[in-house]
Amino acid sequence: MHPAPSVIVFTVLSGLGFGFLAWLGLGLPAVTGWTAFFCYALGFGMAVGGLIASTFHLGNPQRALKAFTQWQTSWLSREAWLSVLALVFMGLYAIGAVFFDTLIAPLGLIGAVFCFATVFATAMIYAQLATIPRWNHWLTPLHLLSLSLAGGVILAQQGSAALMLLAIAGVVQALHWILGDRRFAERGHTTETATGLGDLGSVRLYEPPHTGTNYLLKEMVYIVGRKHAQKLRVLGFAGMIVLPAAVLALLPTGFVSAVIAISFFLLGTFASRWLFFAEAEHVVGLYYSSKNTQAALNR
Amino acid sequence: MAMNEPILDTSPAVSDEVRQTTCYMCACRCGINVHMKDGKVAYIEGNRDHPVNKGVLCAKGSSGIMQVNAPSRLRAPLKRTGPRGSGEFEEISWDEALELATKRLDPLRKSAPEKLAFFTGRDQSQSFTSFWAQNFGTPNYAAHGGFCSVNMATAGIYTMGGAFWEFGQPDWDRTKLFMIFGVAEDHDSNPIKMGLGKLKGNGGKVIGVNPIRSGYNAIADEWVGIIPGTDGLFILSLVHVLLKIGKIDLSYLSQFTNAPCLLNEDLSSPNHGLVLRDADDKPLVIDRATGKPAPFDQKGVRPNLAATYELDGKIHRTVFQHMAERYLSDEYSPEAVEERCGVSAGRIRAIAAELARVAFDESFELKQPWTDFRGERHETMVGRPVSFHAMRGISAHSNGFQTCRALHVLQILLGTVEVPGGFRFKPPYPKPVEAHPTPHCHSKPDCPLDGPHLGFVRGPDDLALKEDGTPARIDKAFTWDNPMSAHGLMHMVISNAHAGDPYKIDTLFLYMANMAWNSSMNTRGVMEMLTDKDENGDYVIPNIIYSDAYSSEMVAYADLILPDTTYLERHDCISLLDRPICEADGAADAIRWPVIEPDRDVRGFQSVLVDLGVRLGLPGFINEDGSAKYKDYADYIVNHQRRPGIGPLAGFRGEDGTQFGRGEVNPDQLDKYIENGGFFVEHVPEEATFYKPWNQAYQDWAVKLGFYDKPQPYLFQLYVEPLRRFQLAAEGHGDRQPPEHLREQIKDKMDPLPIWYPALEDAHADEKDYPVHALTQRPMAMYHSWGSQNAWLRQIHGQNPLYVPNKIWAENEFQEGDWAKVTSIHGEITVPVAHMAALNDDTVWTWNAIGKRKGAWALDETAPESTKGFLLNHLIHELLPPKGDGLRWANSDPITGQAAWFDLRVRIEKTDPPAESQPEFPAIKSPVGKGPKIVRQKVRS
Amino acid sequence: MTQLPTQTDKKLGLVIDLDTCVGCHACVTACKGWNTENYGAPLSDIDPYSGDPVGSFLNRVHSFEVQPTAGPAQTVHMPKSCLHCDDAPCVTVCPTGASYKRQEDGIVLVNEDACIGCGLCAWACPYGARELDQAAGVMKKCTLCVDRIYNENLPEEDRVPACVRTCPAGARHFGDFADPDSNVSRLTKERGGMDLMPEQGTSPVNKYLPPRPKDTMKDLDASAPQLAPVVDGPKGLLGWLDKALEAI
Ligand SMILES: Nc1nc2c(c(=O)[nH]1)N[C@H]1C(S)=C(S)[C@@H](COP(=O)(O)OP(=O)(O)OC[C@H]3O[C@@H](n4cnc5c(=O)[nH]c(N)nc54)[C@H](O)[C@@H]3O)O[C@H]1N2
Ligand SMILES: Nc1nc2c(c(=O)[nH]1)N[C@H]1C(S)=C(S)[C@@H](COP(=O)(O)OP(=O)(O)OC[C@H]3O[C@@H](n4cnc5c(=O)[nH]c(N)nc54)[C@H](O)[C@@H]3O)O[C@H]1N2
Ligand code: SF4
Ligand code: SF4
Ligand code: SF4
Ligand code: SF4
Ligand code: SF4
Ligand SMILES: [Mo]
Repeated sequence: MHPAPSVIVFTVLSGLGFGFLAWLGLGLPAVTGWTAFFCYALGFGMAVGGLIASTFHLGNPQRALKAFTQWQTSWLSREAWLSVLALVFMGLYAIGAVFFDTLIAPLGLIGAVFCFATVFATAMIYAQLATIPRWNHWLTPLHLLSLSLAGGVILAQQGSAALMLLAIAGVVQALHWILGDRRFAERGHTTETATGLGDLGSVRLYEPPHTGTNYLLKEMVYIVGRKHAQKLRVLGFAGMIVLPAAVLALLPTGFVSAVIAISFFLLGTFASRWLFFAEAEHVVGLYYSSKNTQAALNR
Repeated sequence: MAMNEPILDTSPAVSDEVRQTTCYMCACRCGINVHMKDGKVAYIEGNRDHPVNKGVLCAKGSSGIMQVNAPSRLRAPLKRTGPRGSGEFEEISWDEALELATKRLDPLRKSAPEKLAFFTGRDQSQSFTSFWAQNFGTPNYAAHGGFCSVNMATAGIYTMGGAFWEFGQPDWDRTKLFMIFGVAEDHDSNPIKMGLGKLKGNGGKVIGVNPIRSGYNAIADEWVGIIPGTDGLFILSLVHVLLKIGKIDLSYLSQFTNAPCLLNEDLSSPNHGLVLRDADDKPLVIDRATGKPAPFDQKGVRPNLAATYELDGKIHRTVFQHMAERYLSDEYSPEAVEERCGVSAGRIRAIAAELARVAFDESFELKQPWTDFRGERHETMVGRPVSFHAMRGISAHSNGFQTCRALHVLQILLGTVEVPGGFRFKPPYPKPVEAHPTPHCHSKPDCPLDGPHLGFVRGPDDLALKEDGTPARIDKAFTWDNPMSAHGLMHMVISNAHAGDPYKIDTLFLYMANMAWNSSMNTRGVMEMLTDKDENGDYVIPNIIYSDAYSSEMVAYADLILPDTTYLERHDCISLLDRPICEADGAADAIRWPVIEPDRDVRGFQSVLVDLGVRLGLPGFINEDGSAKYKDYADYIVNHQRRPGIGPLAGFRGEDGTQFGRGEVNPDQLDKYIENGGFFVEHVPEEATFYKPWNQAYQDWAVKLGFYDKPQPYLFQLYVEPLRRFQLAAEGHGDRQPPEHLREQIKDKMDPLPIWYPALEDAHADEKDYPVHALTQRPMAMYHSWGSQNAWLRQIHGQNPLYVPNKIWAENEFQEGDWAKVTSIHGEITVPVAHMAALNDDTVWTWNAIGKRKGAWALDETAPESTKGFLLNHLIHELLPPKGDGLRWANSDPITGQAAWFDLRVRIEKTDPPAESQPEFPAIKSPVGKGPKIVRQKVRS
Repeated sequence: MTQLPTQTDKKLGLVIDLDTCVGCHACVTACKGWNTENYGAPLSDIDPYSGDPVGSFLNRVHSFEVQPTAGPAQTVHMPKSCLHCDDAPCVTVCPTGASYKRQEDGIVLVNEDACIGCGLCAWACPYGARELDQAAGVMKKCTLCVDRIYNENLPEEDRVPACVRTCPAGARHFGDFADPDSNVSRLTKERGGMDLMPEQGTSPVNKYLPPRPKDTMKDLDASAPQLAPVVDGPKGLLGWLDKALEAI
């Protein structure tokens, strides 16, 4: 899939934002007053900023409100609802915390649940797509959730909890990569099944339907060389998991360590998220790339 | 759920009005319904009632709207301001343009008319353009047939009075086995596709003979991936097997062909090898009843195929015996040819056996009585459900004429021509050589030519030679170099004019031919010839006038441009006097008419010729008082008469428009055509639908329609006597003698019975240095050079890789995205390669005419057509390499002058990708600017 | 509304005959021609005359090559447009309800007035049957020419999709798969009509007829009975001719 910046920014920031808000909703840390103001500003900033970024890739953003109508079937619609609910409840909870120095625990709890649910819904938008085997797996929601909570907890400065969540996120990420690499093959999608010509022999594209490009190719057929991907994985994993963990373990918990850790984390997550899209092969590629192309690029 | 689905209007208005005319995105000439909204073209679909396409349209026809809206369209007459090839022009008025032309041409006509060479490319009005040239008086006129498929046309006409091309078609309803040689698309684009669909629907089988398995060959049940240039050998081997097993139609051969005609075998005689004739010149046969000679057409005669006849000491034996002797010999046995053709002996036998099985075991009879030319009544029509088709794959070789002949001989031996289930002619064919004119070339100042330029020579006497024996025509058509060049040699015109061989000309007048690019061999060389200057700095080809509708490569090389309209903006007539659109069951013709008015200062070229004709005072175009005979082309279409009662259009003739074929002029003829959907069709009577050359009912019908003035029954010419006449001359008989250097060639190549010889280029390009055959194919969705200006079509074919077979792909360790250097004896190109497995091991190919010159066609200079696309033409020369005799040998068929496009041999090496495909040429300055950044085609929803 | 109808009254769709398709692209431009002028926004072409033109098409023809274990490779042309799947994932993922499957005939459509152009439906389609129009920002897909097949302004015989009407080879057939006796149902039964990528579980309505077996002709050696010679060399010929000619 084409790693569109808007979508990468959206998923990373809103994930982190909602993760942080979730922790705040649980009262970890139980901040009030100015501290609370800054925490919530950051949380809402990232969550809302991400949501706004997500509208950049819409063809007709002015109709965005229509996206609330299909919650019965559409994860995207559900995400819209859940994010709004999350923001509303966390908003009320925040008002209490910032202006009245009071934490209305039930509000926070509900808000936290919605934040969590929002990230889950976002993840399900990808996880539901049978057309993209790498995503179409229970690990995908786990992957985005664990990262969201881990990132959140770094900001929430919950010391050891952060290390634990980073560890979990690390394991999930590793699994998502390892299992992900096998998904396409496991699903048995081939040019033979795509064309239904498998019974006749081995099939390859000899002439594409057009010599130029089209929306599908630009949007869904993005191929990264293996070596390149491996490098990025290492960098991503280091930035996202290893370095933050190291920082938090070695430096005393506090603002400084949090800032350093989260910076590494963000960089790493952007890399990981770029790969999340770039490495995701859409089955439509089977109609457009001859086996040579794939072979050539995997060299 | 359903209730909250949006309400849809499923019956929107389709258009305000439908105007029915004829497509011109290629030469198939399908009927189209042009849907108009607010006076604009909104949608184009096929006309269901039209005889050619019965409602369907191809990819090009369906994109016609983008052709009319193309940004590359010329806007007004252009006068060259910069050097030739620069593309620098100024727009001028029509008056100025026509004055310029007249000033230049009038003196030529008054002094030396041959100094005007008028050649037309994709011309669909040849009977009109030739009429104009004839009236001008120049011998130098032809259309594009010479570089197209003249081998197919002449081999067909000389053998059976009709050809493949679009002049005939299989009996799609009844044929069970269809064998197709060397066709990617053909002119009959839609009919062939419809036919294949029908045939498959009836459970028929297709055998595709083609080095490349794409398009029609992709759906062929059996693929014969033959080695290019060897079809003749393959076909004659099939003939060998069929003769050997006696699976030939003896009754058909004895009744309808010259197989029983008697050949003089006296080596010393000036008639050696000629057919024995009676006092009134009728070929004689030996009647099996009497054992005595009788005219071939005598009632009740039963011609004997096995006869030997002695006349004053001279032995005469039948054509059939000569054929048997030649083709039964082992040189044509499957074993002998398998390696050369790349087709195993076992497969050759299998195909021969299958042809025999279907032709004879699946033979059937139609309960349709008919009477033949001998007056004999037949109760039924015998069907042989085997049919053949072929096109440039076998004709565009230097051995193409004989190969096409061989194929016709094969289908005649099987008795499958003009019979149910076989190959059928489309009126006005069949038409024997005798019914065609001979070439005319005698030009005098201020006087029309002595007759039509093009025709069919019967022998040396008909050659277009001057008194001194030198060529009368600039293209050297109808000379000893290529005596039967019935379509001229357009591909030699620029080369000869530049060399001043046989003489210099003043004005090259071209219409609708992109000669500075895809229609020329040796494209770079041609561009140089067009821009070359002599010692006093004048262009070697002094003056070039050109009519195009779009900003093509050729436009940049002309001094004066006469911009044409598009096909929806002008009158045209698709005439029976020309290349008609008939179906086997009916005679048809059609018109184009302005369904929209041009939004710019352009004029239909034919009307411009009418205007020029008047300005030049050409006899055919002015009345006694010098006034204009015809207002414009529409006026000519209606009022011109070739012979009394016979005009360009056969339909709705006579005062009241009720006559057809022959009839007085009808002033309302065009309106009648428009009412009738833009075409006219008259169906062949039931009794006349088959056996046309010999069928009295058909012959009478043909006379009624004016195809000829008296019935012209004839025999199929397995043995072509005119060829033998040229051999006799080469052997020293007669007073018109070939030059010494051509004697051997004429003796060897002009064999009256089909032979096979290797492509001429093989004699120059060593098989080791140049082991690979390189071909082009027509893309079904593109028409030569003009598809690239079409916003929809160019997205399908925006560039053209060189397709490489498994063997060569592996040898060179090619990978997707690689480039290769391709070298021929003549030149070198560097181009992208792609892999194709369903391809002959020693063949590479690419799509034809996709590559474009930078700056042409109003395309951006980054267009893939110019940066990755390419022409194979750079590798093909119009001349064979010099033989050291100081002579210029054309790279053409030595019999017909057919351009030998597909003889090309190359060598392939992997190479680093250059920035752009090579050779690269500087950009032409676009006389029409560039196209828009975005197109959202919709008139009104 | 992006819930799929439990079942539709009719099941309109196409049968495409891969044994007959010559890959001419007529259906591609006929489709473009009809649909740019009719249903919804025009099918735009961006940079149509430049180095990298990108246009919206609802139907495209791919060319594949099949290498059997024995015998020469084969070429198969495969036109592809929306298959109007019964279990259409493109519909259920749509957040706005713009993407829907019609109850009455099963046609899958996009209501452009409701489409926000998020592209998710195109992601959900395994077949690449949806293209987001770059100028209008709405999702484009095959409409099965819903504005032709019921159109009273067209003569009865023309109430078929533009691509079907124009296909020169007659390789495209339109009809109702819910009716077991329809042309499309019969063709599918007789010729073993197949689904593309069945493992995606989309249960497409459109079916593809596989190419018939190719290159089945067996080589013959000279001794084969049907090749028994009637003559040995030209000499023997005359004798045979006389007999044969008498027989006529
Ligand atoms: N390598 C290779 N080269 C080949 C061939 C091949 O097989 N291989 N094929 C050869 C054959 S058979 C042929 S016929 C030639 C064809 O080649 P050309 O005869 O050059 O034909 P086109 O390129 O189709 O178009 C010629 C010109 O007609 C112009 N034109 C289009 N419509 C109109 C109109 O309405 N009015 C006017 N006045 N002009 C118009 C176009 O703009 C174009 O410039 O190519 C030959 N060249
Ligand atoms: N869509 C479209 N239609 C067209 C045209 C167009 O440009 N586009 N051009 C029109 C014109 S001007 C013409 S002349 C006709 C030509 O119509 P075709 O004769 O179909 O022309 P080509 O595309 O040159 O196809 C030549 C075929 O012969 C094969 N071939 C080459 N060498 C050999 C050989 O030695 N043996 C055999 N058996 N096969 C061989 C090639 O692989 C190719 O398939 O098409 C006309 N129709
Ligand atoms: S074949 Fe296509 S381009 Fe040629 S006339 Fe017919 S519709 Fe037009
Ligand atoms: S129009 Fe018919 S033959 Fe041509 S590509 Fe489409 S389906 Fe195939
Ligand atoms: S083909 Fe694609 S777009 Fe069409 S219904 Fe099936 S999933 Fe949806
Ligand atoms: S692009 Fe339009 S139709 Fe597709 S899912 Fe988004 S809103 Fe629905
Ligand atoms: S049915 Fe209509 S919209 Fe669908 S592909 Fe055919 S022409 Fe295009
Ligand atoms: Mo041609």
